[in-house]
Amino acid sequence: MTSPAKISLRNVHKAFGPKQVLQGVDLDVAPGESVAIIGGSGTGKSVTLKCVLGLLNPDQGSITVDGVEMTDASQAERDAMLAKTGVLFQGAALFDSLSVWQNVAFGLIEGRGMKPRDARDVAIARLADVGLGPEIANMSPASLSGGMQKRVGLARAIATEPEILFFDEPTTGIDPIMGDIINDLIVKCTRELGASAMTITHDMASARKIADRVAMLYQGKIIWDGPVSEIDQSDNPYLKQFVAGDIEGPLELDLKHL
Amino acid sequence: MPIFAPVGHIFLTFLALVGRVTVFAGRTVGHMVTPPIYFRLIFKQMREIGYFSLPVVAMTTLFAGMVLALQSYSGFSRFSAESAVATVVVISMTRELGPVLAGLMVAGRVGAAIAAEIGTMRVTEQIDALVTLSTNPFKYLVVPRVIAGLITLPVLVLIGDIIGVLGGYLVGVNKLGFNDGSYIRNTFQYLEQLDVVSGLVKAAVFGFIITLMGCYHGYHSRGGAQGVGQATTNAVVSSSILILISNYIVTELFFSR
Repeated sequence: MTSPAKISLRNVHKAFGPKQVLQGVDLDVAPGESVAIIGGSGTGKSVTLKCVLGLLNPDQGSITVDGVEMTDASQAERDAMLAKTGVLFQGAALFDSLSVWQNVAFGLIEGRGMKPRDARDVAIARLADVGLGPEIANMSPASLSGGMQKRVGLARAIATEPEILFFDEPTTGIDPIMGDIINDLIVKCTRELGASAMTITHDMASARKIADRVAMLYQGKIIWDGPVSEIDQSDNPYLKQFVAGDIEGPLELDLKHL
Repeated sequence: MPIFAPVGHIFLTFLALVGRVTVFAGRTVGHMVTPPIYFRLIFKQMREIGYFSLPVVAMTTLFAGMVLALQSYSGFSRFSAESAVATVVVISMTRELGPVLAGLMVAGRVGAAIAAEIGTMRVTEQIDALVTLSTNPFKYLVVPRVIAGLITLPVLVLIGDIIGVLGGYLVGVNKLGFNDGSYIRNTFQYLEQLDVVSGLVKAAVFGFIITLMGCYHGYHSRGGAQGVGQATTNAVVSSSILILISNYIVTELFFSR
């Protein structure tokens, strides 16, 4: 890697009681690079993301963002890190008590102290970026479809023009066509912002479209890491089975032990 | 001895819970006195907790005052002390029935709603989203509710006291045959400032307990809809029990000689 990593994980461990979820995760995301972490359910993808965001504290290891160690960061350092990130949550995680535009403008108003009137204009512009019109600005998130909620969530994630974007299962729970639209929007928004992106997904179509590089997480470790273009040439049996979606293979054998 | 193991486990679990609630309360109080304070959210919660609880508290205290007048009249007539009815009604309402009944009713209405709302936010990752949007969930969710509870419960209880005394007056004058002037005079003759103040202090304590327990159980809810349901139940049960316990403690502090 030529430039210093935007996000760097080294030997990250995390356990919940006796269950060891992360057992030494090593991963780098370069500036402007989009990395997808793939893996089956329960392999620790979400835990990895939450550790980077500071929502969970790793038991061991190092996580740096722009060279700043996050595992023992002060609240001010953590706030500074969060101020330059945007997150699209799996279920969009829109605030029910606020309207659509208030959701999109939340980070601008509460995080950056922007006046609501100005923030509303920015929110409507961001909604337009994700293909939504101003007519939904005053609607409640609960009245939107799943795909629209994801798009509003994406608009909220990019509203503060972050340097780093995190996408948690961006296509889960929506139909394939809407999933493809979301993928296109993620690529467009990430490129326009020039942001680094970390996506966790088990949707290979999404990973191929969004990411420059893919890392496969299995049993708490990154077992394969490489450019998207090398996925189909890899002879890693775990990756081959996951990409093909085969029942038979090393992943399936391990699942039998659970 | 195996027989002691479950007892010890329950006791240790209880102590751990007390510790977690105490830490949660400490964090809440710490955030209450440091900026930013979301005044807009405090006013919104005051409307939710106070204004919308008014009908429930009014109905409860009205009928409590009416029943109290009837019961004390029928009991006191055994030793010709019917004239004490107005005094008993007002002292009972201001010291005990007003704050406790209002507290329990608000615990059922507001405590459950707070736990359900924050619990749903927890299981749908809305609280995580708040954190990633550079907003402290304690300051944004917990503090406005607790401050609103602290402010509105005394106001609710004061209104409830007045309505309860009115209930006693209506029964006393219209059903029991008291002269309205003498009933009102008896109501205020032996009423002391401490009777009202102690009730309002209790109300503030109850407001803190109800909102804190609702927030605590909602904030720590886990496991989807079932977890939110459990949080709601725990919020109402724990705040109701704590209201009764703290009622005794505050009464001791004010009235033990």
